[in-house]
Amino acid sequence: MNNRLYGNLIFELSQEGRRGYSLPKNRFGHYEIPQEMRRKEDAALPECDEMTVVRHYTNLSANNFGVDNGFYPLGSCTMKYNPKINEEVAAMPQFTGLHPLQPAETTRGAEAVCTLLCRSLCELTGLHAFTLKPYAGAHGELTGLMVIRKYHESRGDEARRLVIVPDSAHGTNPASAAVCGLEIIEVKSLADGTVDVEALKELLAEHGTEIAAMMMTNPNTLGLFEKQIPVIEKLVHEAGGLMYYDGANLNPMLGAARPGDMGFDVMHINLHKTFSTPHGGGGPGAGPVGVRKGLEQFFPNVSPYHGNFAVAMRAYAYILSLGRENVKLVGPLATLNANYIKECLKDVYQLPIDGLCKHEFVFDGLMDKSTGVTTMDVAKRLLDYGYHAPTIYFPLLFHESLMIEPTENESKETIDGFIDVMRQIAEEAKTNPDLVKSAPHNTPIGRVDDVLAAKHPVTTYRAMFLSPLS
Amino acid sequence: MSYKYFPHTETDLREMMEKVGVGTLEELYAEVPQGIRFQGDYQLPSEMSELEVRQLFEQLGSQNKQLVCFAGAGVYDHYTPSVIPNLLQRSEFLTSYTPYQAEISQGTLHYIFEYQSMMAELTGMDISNASMYDGTTATAEAMMMAVAAGKKQNKVLVSETIDPKTLEVLKTYAHFQGIELEMVPAKDGVTSREKLEEQLSQGGVAGVLVQQPNYYGIVEDYTGFAEISHAQKALFIMNSVIADLAVLKTPGEWGADIAVGDGQSLGIPMQWGGPYVGYMCCTEKLIRKMPGRIVGKTIDNRGQRAFVLTLQAREQHIRRQKATSNICSNQSLMALFVTMYCSLMGKQGLKEAAELSYAGAHYLCDGLLKTGHFTLVYDQPFFNEFVVRYDGDADALQHRLLENGIFGGIKLAGDQLMFAVTEKRTKEEIDKLIELI
Repeated sequence: MNNRLYGNLIFELSQEGRRGYSLPKNRFGHYEIPQEMRRKEDAALPECDEMTVVRHYTNLSANNFGVDNGFYPLGSCTMKYNPKINEEVAAMPQFTGLHPLQPAETTRGAEAVCTLLCRSLCELTGLHAFTLKPYAGAHGELTGLMVIRKYHESRGDEARRLVIVPDSAHGTNPASAAVCGLEIIEVKSLADGTVDVEALKELLAEHGTEIAAMMMTNPNTLGLFEKQIPVIEKLVHEAGGLMYYDGANLNPMLGAARPGDMGFDVMHINLHKTFSTPHGGGGPGAGPVGVRKGLEQFFPNVSPYHGNFAVAMRAYAYILSLGRENVKLVGPLATLNANYIKECLKDVYQLPIDGLCKHEFVFDGLMDKSTGVTTMDVAKRLLDYGYHAPTIYFPLLFHESLMIEPTENESKETIDGFIDVMRQIAEEAKTNPDLVKSAPHNTPIGRVDDVLAAKHPVTTYRAMFLSPLS
Repeated sequence: MSYKYFPHTETDLREMMEKVGVGTLEELYAEVPQGIRFQGDYQLPSEMSELEVRQLFEQLGSQNKQLVCFAGAGVYDHYTPSVIPNLLQRSEFLTSYTPYQAEISQGTLHYIFEYQSMMAELTGMDISNASMYDGTTATAEAMMMAVAAGKKQNKVLVSETIDPKTLEVLKTYAHFQGIELEMVPAKDGVTSREKLEEQLSQGGVAGVLVQQPNYYGIVEDYTGFAEISHAQKALFIMNSVIADLAVLKTPGEWGADIAVGDGQSLGIPMQWGGPYVGYMCCTEKLIRKMPGRIVGKTIDNRGQRAFVLTLQAREQHIRRQKATSNICSNQSLMALFVTMYCSLMGKQGLKEAAELSYAGAHYLCDGLLKTGHFTLVYDQPFFNEFVVRYDGDADALQHRLLENGIFGGIKLAGDQLMFAVTEKRTKEEIDKLIELI
C-alpha cells in the first residue's frame, strides 16, 4: 500500500464521537420512532470526520488503474476514453433531480434524450426499435433472449428452446440463455476461428424445429469477422430461428457494417464499451436492446423505469460529439490499431490464426514455450511496466489466450511503447524467467493468494474478528 | 480527419497501414461481404463542438421541471453530501474496469470489501455480495436463488404489500424460469400471516418474499414469518429500504435468509430512475448459492493484507450453461457511492437522517389530517411514507401542487395519495404543501 494509515479499512480509522456529516435541525417537534420498531443494536458503521473520509478514498483511488492512467488493452472490454463533457452533462441537476414517476409534462427533456438516443442506435445498427431498460450487457442478453422466447410463444411455437452459440462465445451467453429457460448447443469453429457452416447445417438438420435462436458476436471473440454471416443467417432463419447479435464487439463495426444489415433480428449494445460511458470499476453500464420491426411488442419488463438513464445521457453526448463524420472512423481506427499490434508482435507471441483481425486478436502465449513463462506471468509483468494486462485465458479455445484490444483513442506512440514492452517481456522470459514469473514487483501489492480467499472466505470487516486466520 | 478523440496523424496512418499491409482503411474490412458493407453516411447530426453539446443538453434540461419531491414509492429524494460526487469522479475509480488484476485494483477491491461490510451491518446479515443492478433485479435474483437452493420446490410466495414495480420484474423473470409466483393476501395494508401459513402448508414453496417498510410505507410485524417459512423448508426473503435499516429492526433480526433491495436511499440522486444499486445479503450458510461478485480478504506474496474477487466458481463465466444467474459485473461505482455515504454519515448520521425523515413524514401526515380533507387509509405504523384518502378531486389537487412546483405524492387507486418525506424536506416546504390544500 502507498501509505500505512490509508491502507486501512475505513472502519479502522473510526473513533467514537467523530462525525462527517451535518443535517438540518429537527423542527418537527416530538415524533419518536417507537421502540418496538427499532433494531436492537446500532449498525457498526464507521465514525469519521469529513477530511479523514476524503483522504481515505483519495488514497484508495491511487491503488487503482484506469483508462485515464494509461493503456488498458483489455480484450472484449473496449476500454476507450471516457470524455469529460459526458460526465458534466450527466450531472446536470435538471436531469439528476428528476423522480422517475414525475408527471410526463415535467420530464420532456429527459424523454427527448431517450428518444434521440434510441433513434441514433437504430441508425447505427440498422434495427427498428430500442429499449433502454436493461442495466448491463448481460442484462441486455437476457432481455433479448426473452424477446425471442416471447416471439416464439406468440406463434404457439413453444418447442423452440435451443440456442446455438459458437464455442468461442462469451461466458454470459450460455448463462443468459439458462436464466431465460433456454438450452445451449455449441457449434464448432473451423481452424480459421470462424463458425463451421457444415457443422451448423448438421445441428439445424437434427434440431431444426427446436431452435429458438443463434447467438453470435461478430466479429467473434477472436476478433475475426464471421464472413459466412449471410449464409448463416439464411440457414437459421429458414429453420425458423432468430439471429441474436451480442453487441460486446460492436465497436469495430461502426462505419463498416450494421448488425441489422447482416441479418440479425435482436441485439444488445454495451453503452459502456462502444459508446464510451465509464466502466466505473465494473458498473454501472447499460445494455439497450434493439430489434427488427415487429418484435418491439415483445420487449419485456426487466426494470421499472428508464434503465440507467444517466448512462444513456453520456452515450448520447458521445454520439453528438462524434457526429456522422467521425463515428464512421471509430471502427476502422480501432481495427487499424489492433492489426498493427498483431503484426508487430506475431514473431514473438504465438498467433494461432493469422490474417486480418478486427478490433482485437488473441495470442496463444509466448512463441517460445520452453521458458515456462505463462500468459499469467506476462500479464503480471505488464503491470510492472505501467500497463493494464490484456484479457487472459479467454477465449477458452487456446490454453494460453492473451486477448488484446486497443481502441481508436490510442496513439501510435502509446502502442509502440506497449509493443516494445511486450517484446522486452518476451526477452526477459528467455534471459530471466524468474523475474517474469514472480512479477509484479512495482505494484502496491504482489500476487495474491486466491486459494486462501476462497477456502476461508472473509468478506466483511466483522468476519475478520471471527476468523482464526485474521 | 483530425478529431479530438483520434490521435492518428497522416504519417501514423501511413506507417501503420504499411505494417499491416493495407493501402486504405477500407481494405481492413476486405473479408466483409460487399452486400452487407455499410455505404455512405449515417443519418446523424454533424459533429458538435463541446460548447454545442453542452448547450443542447441545457436546452433539453430546460424542458424538465425540478420539483419539490413528496413522492417515494421506492425512490427517495435524500441529500447527497458534496464529497461524494467529487470523489466519484476520480479517474482511477471511474475509468477502471472489474478488478481482474488485483495488484492494480486494490482501490476498487478495498471499497467493495467495505461496502459488503456496511451492507451486512445495516441488514444484520452475515454476507453481502459486491452489489447488483438495482432493487428490483436483486429481488428477482433472490427469488431465483431460493428456487435454486430449494431443489424441487418451484413456488415463491410474494406478499401483496410489495412494490408493484418489483412484482412486475419478478413476473418477467419467473415466467422464463418457470417459477410459480403466488400472492399472499394482505389485510389492512399488512401481510396476512394466517393466509401465508395456509399457502405454505400446501408445500412446494422455495421462498417467501416480503417488503419492509412495505409499499405503503407501513412497518409490518413479521414476527414468526421466518419460523413458519423455515418449517416448510422455504427461505425467508426480505426487501427493505436500506437507509431505514439504520433504525428499523433488521432482516437479520426478523430471521431472513436473504435481504435485498435498492441502495438508492443512501443518498443516490433520483436521476430519473438510474443508475442505482441493488444490494443482496444472506446468511453464511447460503454464501455459495449467492449470485454476483464477492470480494474476500487474503494476503499477497509479500505478506501484506490484500483483497481479491473470490468464490468465482459460483459465477456465470465458470458455470456457463449451468449458471443460475447471468450476472457478470456489479454496480461498482454506485457501490462506492453508498460506501462513501455510509462513511460520512456513519453510525450516528444515518440514524439521525432516518429520524428526521420519520419526523417530517409524521408532521406532514398530521398537518394533512388537520385540514379535514384527508383520512389515513391504513391504521398502521408507518415510517416516512403513508397513504391518505382525499375527499376532493385528487388529480386536480396534484395539478395545483404541480403548478406550485410540488410533486404531491404518488396517486394510487382512485382518491388515494401516497406521500414520502426525507430529511431533505424543510418545514417551510411541508407547511406550504399543507397550505395549498
